Amino acid sequence: MKKYIFLSALASLALIGCEPEFDSSIEEGDFYSAGDADFSNFVSVGNSLTAGYADNALYVEGQLNSFPNIMAGQFELVGGGEFKQPLMEDNLGGLKLNGNLIQGNRLVLAINENGMPSPRPLAGDPQTDISNQLSGSFNNMGVPGAKSFHFVAPGYGSVPGVAQGTANPYFARFASSAEATVIGDAAAQQPSFFSFWIGNNDILGYATSGGSGENQQGNFNPATYGPNDITDINVFANVYSQALNSMNTETTSGGVVFNIPNVTNIPFFTTVPVNPIPLDAQTAGGLAQFYGLYNNQILPGLQGFGLLSADEVAARQVNFQAGEGNFVTVRDESLTDIAPFLQNPPFNLPPELASLFGQVRQATENDLITLTASSVIGSPIGQIEFMGNQIPLINGITVPLADQFVLTPQEQMQITQAQIAYNSTIEGLANQNNLAFVNVDAILAEASNSGVSYNGGVLSTEFATGGAFSLDGVHLTPRGYALIANRAIQAINQTYNADIPQVDIGYYRTIMPSNNVD
Amino acid sequence: MKKLVLSSLLFLAFASAYAGGYRVGAQGQRALAMGHSGVAVVSNAELAFFNPSGLIHLENRLNISAGVTGVFSNVRYQNSNTGQFTETDSAISTPFYLNASYKINDWLAAGISVSTPYGSQVEWPRDWAGSHLVNEIELAAIFVQPLVSIKINDYLSVGGGPIFVTGSVNFNRNLTRSLVNEEGARSNVEIDDSGITNWGWGASFMFTPSDKLTIGFNYRSEIMMNAEGGEATFTNVPNSPAVPAQNGVVPFNASLPLPAEWSLGASYQFSDKFMATIEYNRTLWNVYESLDINFPSGAPSSINPRNYKDASIYRIGAQYEVTNRFTLRGGYYLDESPVQAGYFAPETPRNDAMGFTGGFSFDVSEKFAVDFSFLYLRFDEVDASYDFYSEDGQEIPFGGTYKSNAFLPGLGITYKL
Repeated sequence: MKKYIFLSALASLALIGCEPEFDSSIEEGDFYSAGDADFSNFVSVGNSLTAGYADNALYVEGQLNSFPNIMAGQFELVGGGEFKQPLMEDNLGGLKLNGNLIQGNRLVLAINENGMPSPRPLAGDPQTDISNQLSGSFNNMGVPGAKSFHFVAPGYGSVPGVAQGTANPYFARFASSAEATVIGDAAAQQPSFFSFWIGNNDILGYATSGGSGENQQGNFNPATYGPNDITDINVFANVYSQALNSMNTETTSGGVVFNIPNVTNIPFFTTVPVNPIPLDAQTAGGLAQFYGLYNNQILPGLQGFGLLSADEVAARQVNFQAGEGNFVTVRDESLTDIAPFLQNPPFNLPPELASLFGQVRQATENDLITLTASSVIGSPIGQIEFMGNQIPLINGITVPLADQFVLTPQEQMQITQAQIAYNSTIEGLANQNNLAFVNVDAILAEASNSGVSYNGGVLSTEFATGGAFSLDGVHLTPRGYALIANRAIQAINQTYNADIPQVDIGYYRTIMPSNNVD
Repeated sequence: MKKLVLSSLLFLAFASAYAGGYRVGAQGQRALAMGHSGVAVVSNAELAFFNPSGLIHLENRLNISAGVTGVFSNVRYQNSNTGQFTETDSAISTPFYLNASYKINDWLAAGISVSTPYGSQVEWPRDWAGSHLVNEIELAAIFVQPLVSIKINDYLSVGGGPIFVTGSVNFNRNLTRSLVNEEGARSNVEIDDSGITNWGWGASFMFTPSDKLTIGFNYRSEIMMNAEGGEATFTNVPNSPAVPAQNGVVPFNASLPLPAEWSLGASYQFSDKFMATIEYNRTLWNVYESLDINFPSGAPSSINPRNYKDASIYRIGAQYEVTNRFTLRGGYYLDESPVQAGYFAPETPRNDAMGFTGGFSFDVSEKFAVDFSFLYLRFDEVDASYDFYSEDGQEIPFGGTYKSNAFLPGLGITYKL
């Protein structure tokens, strides 16, 4: 009896211990393949897009969904190691310096009593103070806001430098020393594999400020650049090559580099239409009277004095009609400023009225209006007396949108020229160094034109609803970053004969709805 | 006896996981050891579950059998397209039974059967790849059936009685594949209800054309478990009117059928010591069309098509009396899955299975015996998907490769007076 029980028990134990095994388990080392690459120490160099920045902030959940972290998760199947990130303190994303707020919280999509959605900052007191420096090295060397030349700039991680505007608050949190460079700290980790995506901010600052900076072509000293300037293409090529060479050493098995997307495909510029203004008959009539004088007397008058060409007169015509689809008025810096003339005889306009007409024109289909203009257009800011009538001052109608809200065709051309030159440098160096190359420009064009299908829908660049872009209109959602991670894995598989599976991007969220706003 | 207890404790200690479909065949250790075939076997009070009409054939006046089975099951999942893999977590369930009969006179016996023929417990790691379908599920139902067994003549007996069921359900899943709250935690709903009761009935007959041949038939009716006013708890839902749910507890209604089943089988006594049995079961699963969870408070219903089909089980078994106190048993069955292609949901990750069974009884005394059984359930590796989950009106298949096994050691006692 005892023997039987003992044997039964033994047989039972043997079977309980027998877990089901797949014929071919993906947990076993040889199911997928790293190919010629070695992912044991993966280091990512880049800006906000590498850090996982989204919704106008860097916060923990966004960092966990950064594209290099998603890639590192897949690399684990082929020998990838731990991927450390300089995680923020919370999911609010605001930044403090010695207790003072220097960057607000992330945006969420709030819905008001009338059911109208709008991006607003998530309420709460952020706990990330950049003076609390993190120790150790980090695989994710994504530094939001960094331009190409910042990656090789000593002192970019100095905490005191943040207040002076010479350093970056995000890098200051985890720089190895006040004098460290981003690229130095990244290279010191001797990565076995790296990702490298820099240069976006070299045009983006200019673009999102509506071209209010300078195009610095020909100026080879980036120390003299303002934050909204376009980096000289030779400066870019030099620092890009220098930084890439620091990463692509003999000890690394390879890397993946990314080019720079066309800013005109991002919702920051595609959301607010150039003609968003509806007018009732009465308002339209008043405006027609106001601008009729300007169109029919002032402009021909100035042309008569030889101050304006016929082309400029045509470009400056402002017409408002009852109904939908009126184009906004914008201030175009490329136009001759006629305000001084209007204050003189025979016009004798008061200065505040003259300034409204100084460089005004109506937007055309070729302009791009920034996302930030959406809360400005149509907002009243007072009124002004004109020929005995009180004319309301309304942004985008009687008050032209300031330069910072409009990207004119000339400004777009400056950006595109720089972008093409940067991308040619990037692709050339990728080929020259046999690195995997991700054409982000093409990916976002695809998302913008046809959308990218996935298991559960189509990812597109439409603001808030398209799924790819976060609420700041510039940075991606987790789902958008997952798409980038997948395309990078595709490129790596191809270049390094690897077989690494891609993620299902449907598992990554899009925008965050929340009414936890102040 | 002490050793026995120790051994069973060891089973618990070494249990790595529990899972299973929601029909759990472990209602008698003697039958289970013979491929869970018992509809045509007159052996002990287990008949109260397998075929009440046979109780009148038991020799003793009072018969009791009771037992408990530990269900240890493992399910692995992987998706080679995405590299996702996981396995179910440790958990154990213990279906039990208590059967008793009392022979009132030569033609009439009364009895009672308490059993847990339906139940399920599956625990996937929280937020795993299929968490939008299920994180955890625990179903339990206790059947209580008072019954009678009537001998019509030397060849035929009939039996049956009403079945009272009390059940409970706990089910947890994430709301979607990607919805999170402001802290990045996955939005989740858990429904919980207990004390769900209803009635059904069972009826059977046994035909004994000779001393050696026994033919049995048993039927149990469908019983619909209607959870009304249970608690649905929503957690980690972002604070937004754009999301169709809010954190907190709301009532829910749902129905889960415990399907009807019938069994037809025969046993043949080849010699004094050797008996063999064969049995066919049919479970009328097609009643399980959809698991719909409704929220009277107005949150959108959760509609989960199941579309099960009726399924068969084919069983064979045999027993051999090694000594007059010691009886060995063995058996096998083929268990067809009721799940159709495209409806493979990870809450009941079962495909066709083969059950290998064995066991023995040892008569400690004239009146008292211990019954031991074990069952090893082997499932083929299967590539399967559930295609009827939808987000924003779009159906999103969830698929991958599943591989399961289950091991059920059981211990019971038989008492007769």
